[in-house]
Amino acid sequence: MSENLRIKSSQYIDETTRISFKFNGTTYYGFKGDTLASALLANNVHLVGRSFKYHRPRGIMTSGSEEPNAIVQINPNTNRTEPNVRATEVEIYEGMEASSQNCWPSVNFDIGGINNFLSPLLPAGFYYKTFMWPARFWGKYEYFIRHSAGLGKSPMLKDPDIYDHRNIHCDVLVVGAGISGILAAKNAAKNNYKTLLLDEKNELGGSTIYENNESNKIDNKNSSEWLKKEIEELKNIKNLEIKTRTSVAAYHQYNYLLARENLTDHLEKKDKTNKIRQRLLKIRAKKVILATGALERPMVFNNNDRPGIMLSSAIKKYSDFYGVACGRKIVFFTNNDSAYENALSLNDKGIKVEAIVDIRKQSKTNLEKRVIDAGVKIYWEHTVVDTSGYKRLNNVSIMKLSNDGTSVTGNKISISCDCLGVAGGWTPAVHLCTQSGSKLAFDEDKKIFIPNKNNSDQISVGSCCGDFKLDEILKNLNEKLKDFLDITKTDFENITFNNDQEISKRNIWLLPSDKALGKTRPFVDYQNDATAKDIKLALREGFRSIEHVKRYTTIGMGTDQGKLGNMHALGIIADTAGVKIGELGTTTFRPPYTPLTFGTIVGRNVGKFFDIFRRTPMNDWHVEQKAEFENVGQWKRAWYYPINGETMHQAVQRESKAARESSGILDASTLGKIDIQGSDASEFLNRVYTNAWSKLGIGKCRYGLMLNEDGMVYDDGVTTRLGENHYLMTTTTGGAANVLGKLEDYLQTEWPELDVYLTSVTDQFATASLCGPNSKKILKKIIPDLDLSDENFPHMSFKEAKVENIVCRIMRISFTGEQSFEINVQASYGKDLWEKCIEAGKEFNITPYGTETMHLLRAEKGFIIVGQDTDGTMTPIDLQMDWIVSKKKYDFIGKRSLYRSDTIREDRKQLVGLLTDDPKVVLEEGAQIVSELNKNPVEMLGHVTSSYFSPNLNKSIALAVVRGGKDMIGKKLFIPMEDKTINVTVSNPVFFDQTNERLNA
Amino acid sequence: MFVINCPYCGERDQQEFKAGGEAHIERPKQPTELSDDEWAEYLFMRKNIKGVQYERWNHAHGCRKWFNMVRDTSNDEIKAIYKMGEKPPSI
Repeated sequence: MSENLRIKSSQYIDETTRISFKFNGTTYYGFKGDTLASALLANNVHLVGRSFKYHRPRGIMTSGSEEPNAIVQINPNTNRTEPNVRATEVEIYEGMEASSQNCWPSVNFDIGGINNFLSPLLPAGFYYKTFMWPARFWGKYEYFIRHSAGLGKSPMLKDPDIYDHRNIHCDVLVVGAGISGILAAKNAAKNNYKTLLLDEKNELGGSTIYENNESNKIDNKNSSEWLKKEIEELKNIKNLEIKTRTSVAAYHQYNYLLARENLTDHLEKKDKTNKIRQRLLKIRAKKVILATGALERPMVFNNNDRPGIMLSSAIKKYSDFYGVACGRKIVFFTNNDSAYENALSLNDKGIKVEAIVDIRKQSKTNLEKRVIDAGVKIYWEHTVVDTSGYKRLNNVSIMKLSNDGTSVTGNKISISCDCLGVAGGWTPAVHLCTQSGSKLAFDEDKKIFIPNKNNSDQISVGSCCGDFKLDEILKNLNEKLKDFLDITKTDFENITFNNDQEISKRNIWLLPSDKALGKTRPFVDYQNDATAKDIKLALREGFRSIEHVKRYTTIGMGTDQGKLGNMHALGIIADTAGVKIGELGTTTFRPPYTPLTFGTIVGRNVGKFFDIFRRTPMNDWHVEQKAEFENVGQWKRAWYYPINGETMHQAVQRESKAARESSGILDASTLGKIDIQGSDASEFLNRVYTNAWSKLGIGKCRYGLMLNEDGMVYDDGVTTRLGENHYLMTTTTGGAANVLGKLEDYLQTEWPELDVYLTSVTDQFATASLCGPNSKKILKKIIPDLDLSDENFPHMSFKEAKVENIVCRIMRISFTGEQSFEINVQASYGKDLWEKCIEAGKEFNITPYGTETMHLLRAEKGFIIVGQDTDGTMTPIDLQMDWIVSKKKYDFIGKRSLYRSDTIREDRKQLVGLLTDDPKVVLEEGAQIVSELNKNPVEMLGHVTSSYFSPNLNKSIALAVVRGGKDMIGKKLFIPMEDKTINVTVSNPVFFDQTNERLNA
Repeated sequence: MFVINCPYCGERDQQEFKAGGEAHIERPKQPTELSDDEWAEYLFMRKNIKGVQYERWNHAHGCRKWFNMVRDTSNDEIKAIYKMGEKPPSI
């Protein structure tokens, strides 16, 4: 099998560096500079994979990122494995392994190949039609479908590589480094534009760089020689950054582009470690020049997918760039002149070209004579009607085309060959152009979509805008650059060209065969195995929109996104439906242009950097004490502190008892803190809270409830008046940022006349909350000077004091119902303060408690947690907190909504307490509540919002929202669970110390 | 992703900003005098235009200032940016 088809030393292949690699377990040799595809072709390996649906043998079709067939798994079963890699793009390195996908047990003998013979039974939409009934069987079907579908295997091991992101700002971004892109970048940079030039290949120069057509001359030099000199000059240009192996994946609005830079994929394993593998470039460019080139089109004819059938341009690149012959007996099949040049080029290298089959009646250039002189037979007005050779092409059959191109006549001629180069013309690569929002127009003459109306800060140049002839490309480029870059001249406007190449073309989207269409296999989308038959079937079944036909037939939905076949699909639809392609429009090209790895997308944001989080200054202490943590917004909060292997329940019960019996301490640093200053600060609070603030004395604290304009509870917290015009507001932990945003919004937009300034000080303070009957004694030990008597320092008041010589703010406020002191210090002293409290509290069995115990203690007191007992549909009245809504104030946020017809309904859901008949049964939060059991369907009255076993009351308690619950105190309700029904009684939501005696005990 | 020219900071990436809905809806000065319907009009009714739309934006991860933007929602072209309180330009 392994034969050497290397034809000559190529300047792009380093023949001194032999590289061994494995493909499907066999060792082959290639050279440095080879792609996997070129190295395999040099070993005469064409069969590289099986097709997706019919498992037909498939070979290398192209030489670039548009490859639909040669999709391989790199380094299978290792931690660096990657599926769906295009063999035509990946460069070989010593020790690389690759294997075929979608075949079992091997690419040479694939059981799935039976689908090929069943294909009459597998038309477009087969899966949709067949596996719909009975619906309950879908789970069973799915198992088999999933196993037979799919291309590569996902990596199962941890990715050892590093990925990176980089932001780039530039004046001019040039995408594509063919002749147009190089000249554009050079002229931009020379004119003081900071320029970035990107190309997906490892070498600059596009297809011109290996062009050796004697008739294409610039300044009397061969065009490739001329371009080489230009590339050499790029090195000395300032302002120009060039990146190869960098593929632009997406082009978003406002010239924001994403590109993937490949840094180590071509390196040997030992050189890959500790380096960045791929980098996502996030580029913001003032101007973008698209020079993305054009992709050669295949043609749609019967059995056009066999290994050995390739794009004509790919054969040329393999021979001229890589020095590899794709076969020993080559036939070209063409609708334009480009195949003639390729045939001549191969002939010069001693590769036998058997014939050129041309669907045109004639060519207008002098190429014809030179080809005939070279001994190549030309079949004018002929088409390939069939091919043969299961795993490698061995024969093509051709027949004469009728005048209208819809049928064939005469005798079948058989030509023996091992490679067929198909030249169907060129499709401009307009993918990025359309992603940016620019519009396309269909050129009926050239049968291509070209950029019509570019956004103002973008142009397309070269063959991606439909210029295919060298002189046309360079002349138009010159004019466009002068206009776009606002320069008077370019450095290439005086060059002379020579090119006699003429682009004449006869376009037939679906070529006829001597067999009826139903008996043929004219593939349109190779990767998804969709044929012209499937398109016609979709149209017969009533699909009209191109987007619908695409989804039904799956054309263009593979990893190659139909780069080769989409135009033919459009053409066949237009011809069949009798409309113009321009009227059909094209399907949307979506990013990424070529697939991206997940690593590139996430960059450094993996592991602990995946999501940002915040820690309090006391965090290390919690970690040392082996606390369990809970995520609250972005914060990591201590949840509970298990000791001696306690369960969560045991720890929380112990912590809750200790806090009420002696003392507890909570890290409350995460509460949002907003510093409010200004001569209108009191008025401002009057407008944002439901209660009145003007009369709050300096040094006093007050609880406030904040509503949305729709009357629903938004946030709550205690605000302290520090001075005449100075308040410190606390918010819920999760709501801090939103509250600040909302307050700023009102200040800036509705009440700009108020003299108020808001500053977030959440991170500036650390807060330790001491609570319990012994809290006062502990505080006394830390701050002996402070008079803690109820007269001097009553509940809901504030003192400034010093712990040693550190200033602290102490609020005597309580969220537990116990006497409590919240001590705030500068954040950097937080841990010291905490440790001091713990030390001082030892003799009182001070018990650190986490968020779970805090929730339990406040539930015993019936205190709400915004976001747990409320959900954006609860008014203060629903929460039975009428007491906090001022009747006197003329206005505050949400006031008007409190007496809308909907908010004054008596049967709104209202907050109540629930007691289970069996005091040991703890309800599930979220459980639904009903009043009747034997009714179907039964009305859901509400649900449980908070539920705990209270160690201080020795019974289960719960808060719930219940329709009309306010008037139901004492009523029996039911909570039906999966396995039982729980009987409950509605109660007052305050379960513990209803008279608040403990606050001053 | 837009580039937004904050009237206080200059051009910044869209990810620093937060959209704040339709602009030029003034909070009624005397809400208590409004009927339920009138209040609901202020509270709930917002336009969703395909074309030129006046909207509020906040430089949330920057200077925290609110400002107004005129944007064509069909192609995301930003036609004008002006400070709060300034007269909307006619587009």
